[in-house]
Amino acid sequence: MSTYLTKRLIYMVLILIGASMLIFFLYALTPGDFVSGNLKMSAERKAELRDLYGLNKPVFERYLIWMKNALHGDFGYSLAQQKPVLTLFNEYIWNSFLLAIVSTFLTWVIAVVIGVISAYKQYSWFDTIVMIFIFAAMSIPSFFIGLFLIKTLAVDLKWLPPGGMMTTGSNATGWAYVKEVIHHMTLPVVVMTLLGVGSLTRYFRSNMIDVIQQDYIRTARAKGLTERTVLFRHALRNALLPAITLVGFELPGLFGGSIIIEKIFNWPGIGQLYMQSFGSRDYPLLMGFTMFIAVLTVIGTLISDILYHLADPRVKL
Amino acid sequence: MKNTLEIDRLSTYFYTEEGTVKAVDDVSIRVREGETVCIVGESGCGKSITAMSVMGLIEGTTGKVVNGKIGFDGENLLDLSKNELRTIRGNEIAMIFQEPMSSLNPVLPIGQQITEPLMQHQKLSKKEARLRAIELIKQVGISRAEQIFDSYPHELSGGMLQRIMIAIAISCHPKLLIADEPTTALDVTIQAQILDMLREIKEKSNMSILLITHDLGVVAEMADYVVVMYSGKVVEEGEVVELFNNPKHPYTKGLLKSKPIINQRQEQLYSIPGQVPNPLSLKESCYFHERCAQCMSICETQQPKLKEVGGSTQKVACWLYEEGIADV
Repeated sequence: MSTYLTKRLIYMVLILIGASMLIFFLYALTPGDFVSGNLKMSAERKAELRDLYGLNKPVFERYLIWMKNALHGDFGYSLAQQKPVLTLFNEYIWNSFLLAIVSTFLTWVIAVVIGVISAYKQYSWFDTIVMIFIFAAMSIPSFFIGLFLIKTLAVDLKWLPPGGMMTTGSNATGWAYVKEVIHHMTLPVVVMTLLGVGSLTRYFRSNMIDVIQQDYIRTARAKGLTERTVLFRHALRNALLPAITLVGFELPGLFGGSIIIEKIFNWPGIGQLYMQSFGSRDYPLLMGFTMFIAVLTVIGTLISDILYHLADPRVKL
Repeated sequence: MKNTLEIDRLSTYFYTEEGTVKAVDDVSIRVREGETVCIVGESGCGKSITAMSVMGLIEGTTGKVVNGKIGFDGENLLDLSKNELRTIRGNEIAMIFQEPMSSLNPVLPIGQQITEPLMQHQKLSKKEARLRAIELIKQVGISRAEQIFDSYPHELSGGMLQRIMIAIAISCHPKLLIADEPTTALDVTIQAQILDMLREIKEKSNMSILLITHDLGVVAEMADYVVVMYSGKVVEEGEVVELFNNPKHPYTKGLLKSKPIINQRQEQLYSIPGQVPNPLSLKESCYFHERCAQCMSICETQQPKLKEVGGSTQKVACWLYEEGIADV
């Protein structure tokens, strides 16, 4: 186990060095920068700014500077927002995380429950209706569901606010604040859950169908165990095992924000910030964020490997 | 002697898109107390489906027991509700399967899988069940029982896993053990050990065994009574010695002829020509007629009934033994 972990950590470092190079050079070698986008600026002022930001140094030197600072926990300074990148992350990421963690949790719970039931009752009317609903949810684009729900639930019925995280001008604190945020996040969470739940339900359904046909399920039934024990103790655990891989991939998703959903619901999350930064070529922020996601991805796969080891006795690390 | 299991005119059909498959067709089998009955036949002849019907484990929407009675302990198992059947399954009727490697749950420790039926049927506490399980592991001839209790299926060999399966099966002292090809997946030395053990357990506890196999060697070693199945039908049955010495049905004869005999050098082992007929296209006929060397015209149009011959216990379903037919 410990030799595996050391080996794994060395690989992770190598992968991240590779990733950082890719990320840096892709952004650095893209024509244009933060300064060149501004048409009103005079040529002298542009040269001055480039000098100030260190943009006219050789590319490789810039990479080394960026890496050196990053290793010291400094991901640079957002040029457009005039704030340190990490401060900005801290301001926005948690908003995105709030949406993502709630909707991911709901998605998984719903997908496991419905997937298991419809696998158990394969080809029943319940299964058929679930499958139709899933295909519908999967094939409608997110912006459509989002706008449709805003139109019906927010504009027509006025049950929920159409967007934002707080009511404009509100300065609620304490419980009132929490309630207001929950009220505002309901719609985006519903949409995100609807979008994610389809594919995951299908995934669990097919896993479960596979497992139910295994010999050991027949053995469990032959032992006279109740159907509940057969399903939840013997089948479910085996059906969930392959999903551990997905858990690893969910990690960057939790912090990555959602560009479309945040845009539609005007949610102050990292996805929106990311999109804005693209418009203004705010490369320090873009590089910092991409690197952050890369780190999370690598950590996520490590976590899923360790979880495999814990959940499946056949997996030795 | 009392009958433990009485299968009476059982029919299990599978309704597929191509048509109805009569996997088990009008089969009657009787297992007496303390007796070992073997069902013999080629793959796909309905042996396993018969066993699964008894266990009430015909799964899915396509398969169904359409007719018959399965008498056990004075009750018809087919009349019982799912819950009532479950209290019998694993308790009074237990089953072991062909593939020990895949018959145990890979993510649960061996111990838990043995204690489950004990806690379910005998209402033992976790501690009592553990003690009993360790006792059972020792009983099936595995040393280091405590250690095995906490290990996982992938850490054990096939032979050991089959012993564990037997331990699970006998844990609640069943009256009937159904063994579906229990030694097919094991190597020969282990096969003998497993069979010896089954016999020993049977003798100690006066349990009946319904053994399903295609291996005539296993039959000779284990059976008191043999039932030969072909295409979902019983074609011949009888006491083992009688049947081996004096097989009546051409299929049984063929089976016995295709078994290698030690110390007898043969250029080529006999095999029955042809193949099992497609179960979807069976017409009223003796299902064996296409492969039978003694086929008569009546065999192609009418199905023979299972009848006693020569005043013995042996029964055969073949026109050759029908009076007044063979001469024609």
